[in-house]
This record gives sequence, structure tokens and C-alpha cells, in this order.
Amino acid sequence: MPHAAVEPMPVAAPAEVQPRERAPVRVTRGTRTSAAALAAGVALVAAAATLPWWAPAEHASSWMHNFVEIACYYVFAMMWNLLAGYGGMVSIGQQAYFGLGGYAMLVLANGAGVNPFLAVPLGALVAAAISVPVSFVAFRLAGGYFAIGTWVIAEVFRLGVANVSAVGGGSGTSLTALRGIEKATRETATYGLALACAVAAIAAVYLFLRSKRGLALLAIRDNEVAAESQGIDVHGMKLAVYVVAALGAGLAGALYFVGNLRISPDAAFSVNWTAFAIFMVVIGGIGRIEGPIVGALVFWALNKFLSDYGTWYLLGLGLLAIVTTLFFRQGLWGWVQQRWGWSLFPTQRRLET
Amino acid sequence: MRAAVDILVQGLLLGGLYALFALGQSLMFGVMRLTNTAQGDFIVLGAFGAIAALAALGPLVPAPQLALVLAGLLLLPAAFGAGYALQRGVLNGTLGRDPLPSLVVTFGLSIVIQNALLELFSADPRSIETGGLNTASVTLPGGITVGLLPLAIFVLAVAATAGLQWLFGSTALGRSFRAVSDDREIAELMGLDAKKVYGLATAIAFVLIAAAGMLQGMRTTVSPADGPVLLLFAFEAVIIGGMGSFWGTLAGALLLGVTQQIGFRLDPGWGIWFGHLVFLAVLVLRPQGLFPKTR
Repeated sequence: MPHAAVEPMPVAAPAEVQPRERAPVRVTRGTRTSAAALAAGVALVAAAATLPWWAPAEHASSWMHNFVEIACYYVFAMMWNLLAGYGGMVSIGQQAYFGLGGYAMLVLANGAGVNPFLAVPLGALVAAAISVPVSFVAFRLAGGYFAIGTWVIAEVFRLGVANVSAVGGGSGTSLTALRGIEKATRETATYGLALACAVAAIAAVYLFLRSKRGLALLAIRDNEVAAESQGIDVHGMKLAVYVVAALGAGLAGALYFVGNLRISPDAAFSVNWTAFAIFMVVIGGIGRIEGPIVGALVFWALNKFLSDYGTWYLLGLGLLAIVTTLFFRQGLWGWVQQRWGWSLFPTQRRLET
Repeated sequence: MRAAVDILVQGLLLGGLYALFALGQSLMFGVMRLTNTAQGDFIVLGAFGAIAALAALGPLVPAPQLALVLAGLLLLPAAFGAGYALQRGVLNGTLGRDPLPSLVVTFGLSIVIQNALLELFSADPRSIETGGLNTASVTLPGGITVGLLPLAIFVLAVAATAGLQWLFGSTALGRSFRAVSDDREIAELMGLDAKKVYGLATAIAFVLIAAAGMLQGMRTTVSPADGPVLLLFAFEAVIIGGMGSFWGTLAGALLLGVTQQIGFRLDPGWGIWFGHLVFLAVLVLRPQGLFPKTR
């Protein structure tokens, strides 16, 4: 092949260099829907934050209780989405951290006399701290085996706690630390905490995914080997995601049992927590921040109106998860995104000319 | 000494049952990297299938042991067909680099099976009528008495392991299993229909699962919520034993059975916990399993 003649570059004096004319390029993150979503979100949070003052007195208590429950489901599902949808680590053992968060909160409040509401974030930190050594065991497995391996680890915690008589063994115990606090105050404080946790979870995950590290995480999800070849610390990143997901799951657990006042190993470490999270994320759309929000709302509505059907209801949830995975893999929000191009929490960078 | 030998023998016999739980999992993972999270629930479904078949046969066949054989003859071919149909109709569509779809679908199946059984049979534990087979025992040389049924299950587990190893290593079907496992695309270029091969693998796995379920129901009791625990035992046996070897799976199951038996003897509350810990210890110290065989 003949070499193309290479003209020597004309060497120009620095002063003569003219920037080449080009169209101005801007990197944009937000979209019109995301600006609208932010405004609507701020309004919703403001409305929710003032609920104790405007809600009719006869409903306030049950509304707040409902909200605390949704918030727990939601935060837990959000963290499962981060782990599985973004981190590519499909776990069936996140209930380990839900239970550990709950029990750590209880031990701190009942045993050490810490204010139960302060014990909620502390319980989450305990769960996150425990997840670091656990990851050394869990990360020995990958793919489907990681899923069941994490389930075994959750069972180890369940059976272990069930054999500790100081926290009531298999039959569990009550959160006695809240005894002295008046019911209305307790409910309002739990509600406020739940709202704060839910907002913090969305904000934290969103900001994380928009950051440089979030970009690294998406690269790992798309192709682990290619990401590593570009200098991304794949192992460190996975560990960070695992620990953050444990923190969030612990937060949801601690919050749930402050609202519930009673804890037992079978309730705290039940695989149903993860089953419901999988359901919510798959229905809403995995690997999207909007997914768990939509999923949690759908789940809450189904739970509200159909849970009286007991086994048939659960059977239907299982079938719905199967059908969605087989025929509708992008979930409800994925469909909305395809149909109308809406993105409430855009994480991608767009080049605009 | 006598007590120690007794624990060891009982543990090995328990492990034989676990091996039957685990072989199907080992086969499905080996051929198509599919983790069946509904494995335990399919075992329980097999047991309830046998219970239903026996209930239907009961008035027609007076001898309980003959009824058992007939129920088995009905159940095992049905399981073969069901496994093939499930793989071709549902699971083949979930295979791929991403483990999520197959995990969600099998996990969903697990919830569906549990709740359907709960609706049909209630939460009561049930067992399969064996006509006295489950209480018969034999005395081994050395004076240790073992149950006849657990001993038969153990022999069956060893036979099933040997059979699977032979099938994998020495038959045309086994060769096609290994071919699609090594490289699906090349195997398809050579004229294999991978979807059909996967279907046959799951069909064979389901025969083992149904047999395991029937034996579990004969040996002890089954209830609709038992599945997840059985899945975890099966999984632990596969991992302890190491990938790619059915003898490894058998060895892993036996080790798990002995460990649990020791744990139960120390404190009934900690038996299963102890088994889980040994599994985690193997994972940390020897993640490739005790007897890995990578082809």
C-alpha cells in the first residue's frame, strides 16, 4: 500500500493560531420533564412534611403509619435496585441488613439507652459496618450463585439472632425504649424520620449516579472487563455499592421496627422483604431511579386492595413478576420512557449544539 | 466412640438425601449456568404430587407399597415432561449473560408454587404413607442400627450420582450436554439444537427432583413452605463439592449431612446454622469447592 504523502504541518507562530470555527457545544444534564419533576417533587415533599398540620385528625394517624410502611418498602427497593440494577449484583439476601438494622436499633435503644430515633441511622451504620466483612465471603460467588449465597448469609443471621436470648430468641422482643413517649409525638416523629429517609435515599442515589463514580458504575454494569481496562477499580466500586446498599437496607429495617415496635427474627430476616423489593423493581423498571418509586406505589396499591385474598394475592404477585420479566423486561417506567421519552431523574449527559 | 460412629452414619444417610436434592441443581447449572431458585419448591411439589397420586390410587390399590411404586411410575415421567416443557416454554427465554431474568422467573415460580400448594393442601405438614417402610431398620455389622429407608435413599443417591456421571461422560446425550456447556454457539454450528439439549437436561433434573421430593415425603414430612430451606441445602452441597463433578456434589452433600448431624447433637437449635457456617468456611478457604473438576 503506497504511503500517502504527508505534507509537513505548516509551523505557525503561536500568535497566529486561530481557533477553528465550530458550533458551540453544551453538555446538558436536565430535561424539561426533569425540571418539572423537581418542582413537583419539592411541592410533594413540602405537602408531606406539613401533613401533621393539615391532615384531618381522624385520618392523620393511619396516613402517617401507611406512609412509614411505604417509605420502608421504597427505601429497601431503591437499595436493591442500586445493587442489582446498577451494580449487577443480584442478591436474595438483602433482608440480612434489614434485620440487622432493626436489631441494632433495638439493642442501642433498649440496651444502651440511645434515643430510638437517633438509633435508626446508627442501626443503619451498624448494618453497613457488618456488610464489609460479609462481602469477603459473598464476593466469592458471582451471578446466580451470589444470589443464593447471600440468602444463606441472611439465614445465618436469622438463625444466629434466634438463638440469642438477650433479644428474645426466636419469639422476638418489643421496643420498650419508646414506652415513655406519647403516641402522637411518637407517630409524628417516626413519620418525619421516614420522610427524611425516603428523600435522602432518592437524593443520595441520584447524586451518586450523576457523579463520576456513578458513571464508573454504569460502565461496570455494561461491561466489567472493558471498564477495568479503562482504569476503573471494579472491585472497590462493587464493594462501595454493596456497603451503601446494606446501609440503605439497614435504614429501612431500623425505621420499620421503630414504626412497628415489635421485632422477631422471622419478621426481620424474612426473605419476603427481598421478594417484595424484586417485585417492585421489576414491575417499575430495573436500573432506573423511577422504577422503585413506581413499583412501590403499584405494590402499595395492590397490597391495600388485594391483600385480603392472601395466598391468591401472593400467587398473583409471583405470576406478575414472571410475566413482566418474560415479556415486558423494561418495566412500567421503561415503557413510559420509550413511549414519551420522559426521564424524571436523568443521569445521562447530552451534547447539544 | 460408638456415639461418634452413630453420628457419622446418621449424617451420611442424611447427606444421601441432600445429594438427591442437589444433583438436579448441579446438572442444570453445569449444562446451562441456570440457577434454579425454585429447586426446593419443585422438590416439595414432587412430594405433594406423590401424595395426590397416592390419594387417587389408594382406593384402587390395596397394598401401600405397590401403590408407592405405581405413584412413582406416574410421577417420574410426568416430572420429565414438566421439566422439558418448563425449560422450552419458559426458562430458555431467560438465559443469557445477565443472571437477573432467570433468577426473577425462578424466584417468582417459587412464590407461585408455595402459595398454590398452600391453597390446595393447607399449611399442615404431611407425609407419604409407606406401609411401615419408614420405620423398618437393619442392624449393620458393628451393632449400629440404621433405618431401612434412609439406607435405601443413600444407595439410590450413590446410584444416581454414578448414573449421571456415566450419562455425562459416556453417552451421546452427555456429550451434547458438555458441548453446549462449553460453547453454545460452536455446538449449534455443529448441528446441536441447544434449546432441545437444555430441555432434556432440565427434564432429567426434574426426574431427580421428583424422586427426591417423594423420598423426602416418605422419610419425614413436607409442608408448602419447606422449599427455600431445601434449596439452600442443595446449593450448599453443590458449592462445597465443587463445580463440574457429580461425585463432588455427592461428597459435598455427605459433608453437609454429617456437619448438620454433629450440630444437632451439640444443640438442636444450632444444627442447620452449623451446616451454613461450614459452607461459608469452605467458600472462604476453598472457593473452588473440595473436588472441582473443570473440563
